[in-house]
Amino acid sequence: MSWRAAGDGDTVGGVPARYVAEPASTEEASAVLTAAATDDLAVVIRGAGSKLDWGLPPRRLDLIVDTSRLAGVVEHAAGDLITVVRAGTRTADLDFGSQQLALDPRPGATIGGTVAANTSGPRRLLYGTARDLLIGITVVRPDGRVARAGGKVVKNVAGYDLGKLFTGSYGTLGLITECVFRLHPVPRARSWVTARVPAEELAGALAAIRGAQVVPSAVEIDRPERGPVAVAVLLEGTAEGVQDRAARLVELLGGTAVTEPPGWFGADPWPAGGVGVKLTVPLSKVAKLPFPLRGSAGTGVLYATATAESVAGMRAAATAAGGYAVVLTAPPEVRDRVDMWGPVPALALMRRVKEQFDPGHRFAPGRFVGGI
Amino acid sequence: MTSLETLAADLRTALGPGRVITDRQELRTYECDGLAHYKVTPGLVVLPRDTVECARTVRACVAENVPFVARGSGTGLSGGALPHADGVLIVTAKMRDILEMAPDDERAVVQPGVINLDVSRAAAAPGYYYAPDPSSQQICSIGGNVAENSGGAHCLKYGFTTNHVLGVQVVTPDGDVIELGGRAPDTPGYDLLGAFVGAEGTLGIATRVTVKLTRLPEAVRTLLAAFGSPAAAGAATSAIIAAGVVPAAIEMMDALAIEAAEAAVRCGYPPGAGAVLIVELDGPAAEVDAQFAEVTALCESNGATALRIAADAAERALIWKGRKSAFAAVGRISPDYIVQDGVIPRTALPEVLSRIAETAGSHGVRVANVFHAGDGNLHPLVLFDGTAEGEADRAETVSGAIIDLCIEYGGSITGEHGVGADKAKYMPRMYSADDLTTMQLLRCAFDPAGLANPGKVFPTPRLCGEVPRVHRATDPAPAADLF
Repeated sequence: MSWRAAGDGDTVGGVPARYVAEPASTEEASAVLTAAATDDLAVVIRGAGSKLDWGLPPRRLDLIVDTSRLAGVVEHAAGDLITVVRAGTRTADLDFGSQQLALDPRPGATIGGTVAANTSGPRRLLYGTARDLLIGITVVRPDGRVARAGGKVVKNVAGYDLGKLFTGSYGTLGLITECVFRLHPVPRARSWVTARVPAEELAGALAAIRGAQVVPSAVEIDRPERGPVAVAVLLEGTAEGVQDRAARLVELLGGTAVTEPPGWFGADPWPAGGVGVKLTVPLSKVAKLPFPLRGSAGTGVLYATATAESVAGMRAAATAAGGYAVVLTAPPEVRDRVDMWGPVPALALMRRVKEQFDPGHRFAPGRFVGGI
Repeated sequence: MTSLETLAADLRTALGPGRVITDRQELRTYECDGLAHYKVTPGLVVLPRDTVECARTVRACVAENVPFVARGSGTGLSGGALPHADGVLIVTAKMRDILEMAPDDERAVVQPGVINLDVSRAAAAPGYYYAPDPSSQQICSIGGNVAENSGGAHCLKYGFTTNHVLGVQVVTPDGDVIELGGRAPDTPGYDLLGAFVGAEGTLGIATRVTVKLTRLPEAVRTLLAAFGSPAAAGAATSAIIAAGVVPAAIEMMDALAIEAAEAAVRCGYPPGAGAVLIVELDGPAAEVDAQFAEVTALCESNGATALRIAADAAERALIWKGRKSAFAAVGRISPDYIVQDGVIPRTALPEVLSRIAETAGSHGVRVANVFHAGDGNLHPLVLFDGTAEGEADRAETVSGAIIDLCIEYGGSITGEHGVGADKAKYMPRMYSADDLTTMQLLRCAFDPAGLANPGKVFPTPRLCGEVPRVHRATDPAPAADLF
């Protein structure tokens, strides 16, 4: 089994690890985590490391479990529209031919990291997020036990949906080793309708898109400090259908239909090493957030760049709208000054869940909400 | 006084008259849900009117250490709402208010006793509907849908209840009131909402539900295609999926199911068909037209013997009438029947169907097949006459064998009816002991005392006190030897 002493690069949020393990199978991962439990090691899971600077640094860290060798597509059952993928697989390496895993993963990310952080992109409007596409999961618990939930069929209500519990759990409940996803056909045609809308007309434009019965795959906005808001609507389907729907939207928004997305579509609005904030609000409140932001106006999930000073104001605006503002990533000097997660409902129950799965508080301790 | 008598007196004072049922005869009307051969008379029935009253009821149960079971309309088919003889049945029949319609947010907020179809009815004026549509949607409740993660004919395209519930207010098994999710997406923290939906009432009671409303499609087109055999209909289904079309629904019925439906509702399906497919497409008109032409061609090239296209809403309703009434219709051709609910990978359909026929034949039992062909969800109806000696046992054997087949082919023991009281015994065939223990870690977090719907889902409850203790070394360094 592959393990090594940690090197200079093996840190999480500035905290150095002592060991790195690279299991190549669920069984090896189970052996690693059983050993780690025996010796009370604090563990952080690492995929490609593309989001290691998200969340808070771990309170303590002994072992990084790196999933690089836990990679590859185990199964692609095209006729059943499902796939089984190992957690360490790079999303860029996935190729299902005329089918697709309809996630919008972040550049460089692995499947395990995408699920563990529940990241999403523009197309969540039509396809949902990892929680909706994940139909089965294999995990290794902090005590080393292997557990599966769900399965390889899309329709399945047998037992608790542990897949959803692990989706977005930031590695605090155990190690995800394998994921089963439902797939979708690759659309035959796609088109982006882009338009520039004055900020005061944005609410009306978004309502008009919702009312138009054109079933967009994504409705994205890019709102600058001042001036009109860029809107881009993605349409997918048959050639005839997309053409017809695009024409209707062009008329509605006064925009143009193009074959490539604008450069900002699905891209982070914050600079590398900057402060990235995720805001979620009810749909009718999207146009009322009065600061520059970018993201899915169709689902109420938006992103912004911030400073240590501006986070509180953004959070107040999101909270007043009935939503949330989470600081996804921030450099250390900002991280130490802001509340990264903000208010978290049902936190007491979340602590009880953590206590059940990881009573020793060894998995990503302190990285998640409420110091979990 | 017994615990239940104390409880009854306490809640009668707290909730007022007519809300606590103790009369033996009245209690018996709640003895079963849609799975009528399991019967238990509840110790007590309580009808809260809102969250506060529901929490009050649960806290009273906690104080007396009495188990409780939540029940909506009682249409469940796995005994999920089967009462506890020494427990309280909390019925949501008086929680039927639609609290808020917010089409601008594409959300509605409802009490758990609200009937599924009533949400769509209320949403229709602003141009929306609630997508999950179980066959019982005219009578089943949203709270029950949340508990069971209900599906329906259109979940092939639109997903299940879990994909359409954005938030729940929950009375926890401790009697606390918490909010999971809400009107905005992606609440920070663990996705406890995702864990709660489909937990069959074992993690608490939903007392207010925020659902997603879906824009009504511009066009809906429905096709009925007759085939010589289920295998031919299955091949057509595969061809449609392979072409990259995702219909709103693809439903299949075999000859025996068609016979029953004809006898019951005269749906006028093509005579002599070995199987029929109902294929429905919905969406933007131009999109639907293009796909419909393709689906029609694929049915023809895969041996459809007759095609019928619904010209209007009335004809569409007639096509669906046969399918939606199929379970009840089987009563016309058999005095008793078991409705099975299993799932297989869709591509295994022809093989599994022939093995079901084999098993049924060898036991001298008739099986009518109705299924959601698009997603491999089988609903075999195992027919028997309960008055004939040994028939019920043989039907039970065949029904169990079908579940084993589903597991053998990598499927599930339930696609939408739930595990409930009925299938807890099959859970160890589908999941390992560690899988089941891990699921129950979640239950221990929500309900350490095991008062919420005990005996359902899991064959052996886990004692929540026994948290495994790990040996702690003083120095972690020895771990290096183990890698």
